[in-house]
Amino acid sequence: MALSTPGSGTSVAVESRTLAGVDAVPAPGPPAAELAAPARGSSSLGRDAWRRLRRNRLAMAGGIVIALLCVVAVFADLLAPLPYTKTDFGRLNELPSRDFPLGTDALGRDLLSRMIYGARVSMLVGLGAQLIVVAIGVPIGALSGYLGGRVDVLLTRFIDVMYAFPRLLFVILVMSMLGAGLVNIFIAIGLTGWVGIARQTRAQVLTLKGTEFVDAARALGGGSARILTRHVLPNALTPIVVAVSFGIPEAIFTEAALSFIGVGINPPTPSWGQMVGEGQQYIRSYWHLCVFPSIAIAVTMLAFTFFGDGVRDALDPKLK
Amino acid sequence: MFHYAISRLLWLVPTLLAMALVTFLVMHATPGSPLDPVAEGANPLSPETQKNLAEHYGLDRPLWQQFAIFVGNAVQGDFGHSYVYKTRTVREIILETFPVSLLLGSMALAIAVVGGLTLGILAALYQNRGWDYLSVSLATVGVAVPNFVLAVFLIILFSFVVPLFPTGGWDSPRTWVLPTLTLAMAPMGIIARFTRASMLEVIRADYTLTARAKGLGEGPVVFKHALRNALIPVVTLLGPMFAAVGTGSFFVESIFRVPGMGQFFVLSMTGRDYPMIMAVVLTYGVFLAVMNLVVDLTYGALDPRIRY
Repeated sequence: MALSTPGSGTSVAVESRTLAGVDAVPAPGPPAAELAAPARGSSSLGRDAWRRLRRNRLAMAGGIVIALLCVVAVFADLLAPLPYTKTDFGRLNELPSRDFPLGTDALGRDLLSRMIYGARVSMLVGLGAQLIVVAIGVPIGALSGYLGGRVDVLLTRFIDVMYAFPRLLFVILVMSMLGAGLVNIFIAIGLTGWVGIARQTRAQVLTLKGTEFVDAARALGGGSARILTRHVLPNALTPIVVAVSFGIPEAIFTEAALSFIGVGINPPTPSWGQMVGEGQQYIRSYWHLCVFPSIAIAVTMLAFTFFGDGVRDALDPKLK
Repeated sequence: MFHYAISRLLWLVPTLLAMALVTFLVMHATPGSPLDPVAEGANPLSPETQKNLAEHYGLDRPLWQQFAIFVGNAVQGDFGHSYVYKTRTVREIILETFPVSLLLGSMALAIAVVGGLTLGILAALYQNRGWDYLSVSLATVGVAVPNFVLAVFLIILFSFVVPLFPTGGWDSPRTWVLPTLTLAMAPMGIIARFTRASMLEVIRADYTLTARAKGLGEGPVVFKHALRNALIPVVTLLGPMFAAVGTGSFFVESIFRVPGMGQFFVLSMTGRDYPMIMAVVLTYGVFLAVMNLVVDLTYGALDPRIRY
């Protein structure tokens, strides 16, 4: 079972000005902002955070790696020297050479091309699964926190039970229910991953519910739906953004783990996790089969983690 | 405190029942059955055979009856025969493999605690200096890089480049080193990050200042005043962590060929070995709940302000 990336903890402190960001703690939007766009109150927070993020060198390095990976994922068709299914049975398990920069696999397929297409799978899973997680987790958490009462008790109990399950086993259960495939990975991660974000959102909404600007909005005649979407949620965005930035590498990890086991991506679509899983059996004779995809996974995970740490520190300097 | 412990133990019963029920339902909702395995190389069975087998294992009864029978037997410690290893009971398999995983997990957790605390304390004491960067980078690698990837790197480094340890097996202490290290990295990273964060907080607290002001040396200040308070949030982590690490990791065990329980978290699922699935989920659940209880009771010892 995997230990999940924790949402808290600390990161490399590149700048140590602890006082600098106190003013950027999410300022309660003034009730007069009714007419303005809801994002307005947070735009200065956004600008401050961006300034802090830019100064964090590790986070920026992570961001650049992520941007490069996105480019590779989008333009995989142009970048890959060969199609990922092209086999060459005369040249099996070859070590890196001029023809095949990273060597070939057991079916004589170009490892570099397969890794380039593998980036596409990883990026899609990271973003796609998080979309589902947010779409399920945020509304449930917000409603449960805002409505309270029996709904809330039921949800917290449910969350407790979900937390008691070994997460990976549960994802595997769902995957075998749905069958292998990219979209099913989105669904499986979404169905098991929303719990954490729902819990975060609920906690935020509970705190914000008691603030004066919510009272003020209600006194001005705002309905529950309006207060929740216009006043409470925009102010609860910070921890949600942080949770998402840690959720992306977790989703990428889960896909790699599932494909390693063999219940993730359907072959012949290449996935880094699947390449490591198949390659590690022949590690003694053909080290290149698992080492290159391993490096790719490690670099991707580190880039997202450094970037996530940076985003958290930039958005919430108190946590530092 | 006694009452508290008892009521927590009693709460374990409904929690485990809920876990068993959810697992049972999801497991049966999954297409494919033990009689018609989707696994590679499995032979399709004739309908008559399937019917006989279903009768033999009680799979032809209504679901609620199957669940009731399961719970009745499980309470007496009988989880039935494995569908995959037909001659062996699930109990035998668990009793044989669980200790292996527990040993591996305990060693890994011990390394993680010692290493994580050391890294975290060093990082907090030398904030924004060399030690801090080194330990935070190491912690981030441990947290971020999946253990099957770490395993690949460790095998390449310590079995091929510098041939110190074998690539797998579980027959001598020398074979224990690499799987233990691989398994220890993630918890170590998490512990280091938490220790650093809470040490940084505690080290700026007034009582640390007081301790310094009255002339205490750096040693007593760090270990007697700061660390003791900084440990409380770290201890919280250890419960779920030990449950996850102590029940075995599929990846570490399959890569290093360790005969532990971790492999069944995946193999029981892909093989539709119903009794085995229930057994591993519940073992994990009991372990997790007991560990959380131990952690909560430890609080009282660490922090006299906490009362039950």
